[in-house]
Amino acid sequence: MGLEYVRISPGFEKYMPKDYVDLVQYGQFGREVDVQQLGQFKELVEEHPMCAGCFMAYFIRIFYAALPKPEDTIVIGTAGCARLALSQAAVPFIYGNYGDTNAVASGLKRALSIRFPDKVKDVVVIAGDGGLIDIGFGMTMHSWFRREKFTTIMVDNEVYGNTGGQESGMSPRGVQLKMAPKGKQFDKINAVELAKTAGCVYVAKLAPTNPKRIAKTVRRAILAARHFGPTFIHAYTSCNIEYSIPTEKVLEDARKREKQDFGFYEWMTDEVREFFEEIERKPEEVKV
Amino acid sequence: MPEQRVVDADYLLLEAPRERKFITGAQAMAEAVKRANVDIAIAYPITPQSEVMHLVGDLWAQGYLKDYYRAEEEYGAMSAIAGAVRGGARAFSATSGPGLLRGIEAIASWPGHRIPAVLGVLTRVVNAPLSIQPDNVEISYLLNCGMVVLHAENQQDVFDFTLASFVISEKVDVYIPIAVCTEGFFVTHAKGYVNMTPEDMKLPPRDPYKAPVPPTDCEIPPARIQRDAPVQKSNFMSYLIHAVWQQEVWASNIRAMKYIYKYLGGPIEVVNPDAEVFIVASGCAAAQGREAVRYAQLEGLNVGLVKVKSIRPFPEKEIRQVLSKAKAVIVPEHNIVGWLAKEVKAAIPNNDIVIGGPRVYGGMTLPVELIMEKVYDAFGIKKAKKVVV
Repeated sequence: MGLEYVRISPGFEKYMPKDYVDLVQYGQFGREVDVQQLGQFKELVEEHPMCAGCFMAYFIRIFYAALPKPEDTIVIGTAGCARLALSQAAVPFIYGNYGDTNAVASGLKRALSIRFPDKVKDVVVIAGDGGLIDIGFGMTMHSWFRREKFTTIMVDNEVYGNTGGQESGMSPRGVQLKMAPKGKQFDKINAVELAKTAGCVYVAKLAPTNPKRIAKTVRRAILAARHFGPTFIHAYTSCNIEYSIPTEKVLEDARKREKQDFGFYEWMTDEVREFFEEIERKPEEVKV
Repeated sequence: MPEQRVVDADYLLLEAPRERKFITGAQAMAEAVKRANVDIAIAYPITPQSEVMHLVGDLWAQGYLKDYYRAEEEYGAMSAIAGAVRGGARAFSATSGPGLLRGIEAIASWPGHRIPAVLGVLTRVVNAPLSIQPDNVEISYLLNCGMVVLHAENQQDVFDFTLASFVISEKVDVYIPIAVCTEGFFVTHAKGYVNMTPEDMKLPPRDPYKAPVPPTDCEIPPARIQRDAPVQKSNFMSYLIHAVWQQEVWASNIRAMKYIYKYLGGPIEVVNPDAEVFIVASGCAAAQGREAVRYAQLEGLNVGLVKVKSIRPFPEKEIRQVLSKAKAVIVPEHNIVGWLAKEVKAAIPNNDIVIGGPRVYGGMTLPVELIMEKVYDAFGIKKAKKVVV
């Protein structure tokens, strides 16, 4: 049914807004797109109010292009900057209270599993470092302890950007931010290790410098969550405003961090590894 | 899987045969959940409501509910309730005192999310200092969030209010959550007679498409759906949308009143409407008020009782009408702030006739003698000795 509800009733195309018609005719519903074809299809997120140079906005654009089944995907966000873009996409979006994403996702996923036990319903949380690891820490960790089947993506800009630039648990030690006038007094929290310990079945870390890699990681995280357990992606998405990175230097900064502490990293259970091997097998290999 | 058949909601609530059992308030709440065709319940322990959620967990293990889990704490539990109900499920949870306050950020958001959930509130002292006994000050924290708030006097009320709440909250012109409150220990752990519908009958399942707002399940248009006020797009739009949605929430709260009449016999119960002096009470203070009316009658004093079942929507009109000729109004309560007395005072023009008390708090019992003292004062009677019957 997921695809049916986006289609326009025959004869009504001329009454629908043009951009909605384009979405149905040239968009991603009902088919998979290659992220490298961005610009040649109608994207799920078109306009957003993010800052020029916001690396989160770039990541989110690739994220939407990478969705395996956008017509049956629900995104959950919370306070922060990401929700400014997520709320503009042609994918249902839920926003509750700060930090509650993983509790809301737990309830939502269970309700969808009760109501549609034989259908794919992808639930994806996208939230920042503050929402997932500070205020939402308990809810995040316990959704993983309980092995809830949804994907969590942390768009880590190492600051509370939306509220004006306060220190976050994910800020590097020593950096001077608001509410840390003498510099952050403790280390950047190791979210990836926490996710592994808590029970995630697929964990990845990346600096979004390569769109194909972003798309593959997002896809893997969502597909694994369908069958095996919680998955987590830790993405470095800089805030050029609070860290004073000139817009034209944002990608260079990401590449620098990739060489430092955001080198591409992937961890998965054996079950998930076998599953990926199975589904990602190239057609030539299958013939043999 | 237990043998249960779906029956019409009105039939179950108004006509189905009933059998009398002698059970605790906690059991009564769980028995209502058993008959309510609930999809998911989410639990977190806190005395004195834990028994309710233990029994609901047993119901899940027996097959009456489709899903159940213990959450990490109340904010997580109540947020998950929001997620589950947004996804189209019928959900239940329960909490007490500090647990209610811990979850209240999520609970206070439920009405604006337009989610029909039912929440058991089994009252207990709000710290500090600590006490686990029944003090219902916590109810006053619920009064401004927009949800319907019912206050049960006894085990029978607990059963009736809980079962009816699933039906009332899902009415298309209501569609806000309902808190069914009662006193911890005094009602939850004490036994009383409850006339219950047959356990092989259950409510129809929730139909999330019969709603003023669509569920978020990717099955129903529009494809671009974001029900939450989009401060995301523009501050001005968010102000406007919040204002409009909240007006709708409070209008829904008022609209719930007709269903409170239909399924619960109205928001108030009046004993001896021609009285000069009235005791106005809710919850288990109403039970003590009933006793006081009996004592007063034995002494030939014309005292009446107004038991208030619905705190939100508050029956202003009804109370004004009942108290229009009253000379004195006594409001016994299990809390120090006197939230019910404040509601009564705000509802009537001559509120100097309202005696704000007697009040007990910290979880103490409310002896009838305390109420009788106020009754004697109201009649100008000086007593050397307290009445012992």
